[in-house]
Amino acid sequence: MSKTKSRGLFIALCVSPALILLFVFMFLPTIEVFRMSFYQWGGFSNTKQFVGLDNFKLLWNDMNFIRAFQNSVFLIVIVATVTFTFAIFFAAILTKERVKGGNFFRIIFYIPNILSIVVIAGIFSAVYDPSNGLLNSILGLFSLDKLQQMWLGDQEIVIYSLAAALVWQAIGYYMVMYMSSMAAIPPSFYEAASLEGASKFKQFTSITLPLVWNNIRTTLTFFIISTINLSFLLVKAMTGGGPDGSTEVFLSYMYDQAYGNSTFGYGMAIGVIVFLFSFFLAAIVSHITKRDVLEY
Amino acid sequence: MKKSNRLSTDTLIKLFIYVALITLAISIIVPVAWVFLASIKQNKEFYGSPWSLPEGIHFQNFIEAFREAQMGEYLFNSIMVTALALIILLVVALPAAYVLSRFNFNGNRLLNSIVKAGLFINVSYVAVPIFLMLLDWDTSLNTIFGQEFLLNNRFMLALIYASTALPFTIYLLSSYFKTLPSDFEEAASIDGAGYYRTMFSVMFPMAAPSIVIVILFNFLLFWNEYILALTLMPAKNQTLPVGLLNLMAAERAAVNYGPLYAGMVIVMLPTLILYILVQKRLTEGMTVGGVKG
Repeated sequence: MSKTKSRGLFIALCVSPALILLFVFMFLPTIEVFRMSFYQWGGFSNTKQFVGLDNFKLLWNDMNFIRAFQNSVFLIVIVATVTFTFAIFFAAILTKERVKGGNFFRIIFYIPNILSIVVIAGIFSAVYDPSNGLLNSILGLFSLDKLQQMWLGDQEIVIYSLAAALVWQAIGYYMVMYMSSMAAIPPSFYEAASLEGASKFKQFTSITLPLVWNNIRTTLTFFIISTINLSFLLVKAMTGGGPDGSTEVFLSYMYDQAYGNSTFGYGMAIGVIVFLFSFFLAAIVSHITKRDVLEY
Repeated sequence: MKKSNRLSTDTLIKLFIYVALITLAISIIVPVAWVFLASIKQNKEFYGSPWSLPEGIHFQNFIEAFREAQMGEYLFNSIMVTALALIILLVVALPAAYVLSRFNFNGNRLLNSIVKAGLFINVSYVAVPIFLMLLDWDTSLNTIFGQEFLLNNRFMLALIYASTALPFTIYLLSSYFKTLPSDFEEAASIDGAGYYRTMFSVMFPMAAPSIVIVILFNFLLFWNEYILALTLMPAKNQTLPVGLLNLMAAERAAVNYGPLYAGMVIVMLPTLILYILVQKRLTEGMTVGGVKG
């Protein structure tokens, strides 16, 4: 009897601190996001008024929000496509080809992932600087002056500049991830394919890709959530949403409204939409990329 | 004839592969190295070509960053917050992960799925609600004690960092504990060790490799984090990344680039050194978790 009691006490002692912290600092704030989205709340004045779905109706007609929405979707699609293409390509090369200095490349490619987003914002501000930035001066060196741009000042271009920084940051991480799952594929598969005369490309499409597909699928789902987050962090540190709101993304708009403007209720309504959208998108992506899992 | 043709396509492919690899490597090495070089340049050198090497080692930038931009203070805050957060995280996550992965009890599955659900909660969503919550508590504390101490508090920030890292850490540690055979606990039990002894002296030491990975990952996470620090420390005790943001705004307005790049070096040097020392463990350990926040 006392044995089960002490066992129960032990379990409770071990688990409860974690559960309390999780509840107070993760789940409670998340519930608050949903609850506050139904209130009109001007912040420090402390006059909370229940307004039902009014915040969401306002959002529907908020052109700034719609632009932030477009920017976010654009970034998710383009950054995902480019990052995954490169990451899979480089992972396949570094695992399956005998490349000199493969270890060196792996180490280098992973570096952006260990840098703070603030540092990355600083690096890319230096790269994109219009007068003596690295990118424009390289273009000048090859006398491609025509291609020189105001990388962060031109409303048409700035979103691509951001996308490039996000890709730069993400490639190494996903590459290392795929490298380990590709390395787990038995070499005999490739030997057999090679004996039957399958080209390297054919081997890649019919052995490597199907066998790591499930891994790609999982990472893609998390990639959506992580890009929504990282694009916010980068925008906040690098452009502040400018010039003229042209790089505003989901969460940066939410943060500006909730923290900068102190219109908490409205900001949280944005949060709710983004939250639902990211889950919805992740579910769709996970559904359409579904294939039968191949075992080996 | 056929054979030599085949050979040349192979060489072309090899060439293409190396060009691709080297291009990406350069695009990473050059900007990072450039920041290091820029951090020892004098201000007037920034008006020439960005590719000129520094004329001398202008260490003044670092002194300026430490003295005038208070990077020293930010550095101290970052070290305090990161260390505290890591300690809290390990103290809380280790027992929880051990029990959740190796004990059968009512509600175990429910608790495991609660922890998994936490993986989907993003820090960026909850930053503002946490701020409001602390503000609210601070107001109540102010009426009772006449003092507010939850915002701008290093310990609170560390506690919140630890909480946000819990789902991933418990998930990672649990998956390691699950791989251990139950013989160890049985042997410990026969030798008369209680639950606590078994946990502290048998199970935790065995988990050392994954504890190292947890520390590495979360060190990078906490050291680099800035949105919670920016939101929850509006007045003082700011950490390095937030300090760097302030520095970026101030130096750009004053067109004084040297200390700005010195500040960037101060932020990234610890992570780079750590990475070079343990890169193998880090990139191998990553595959254990497989999830990014």
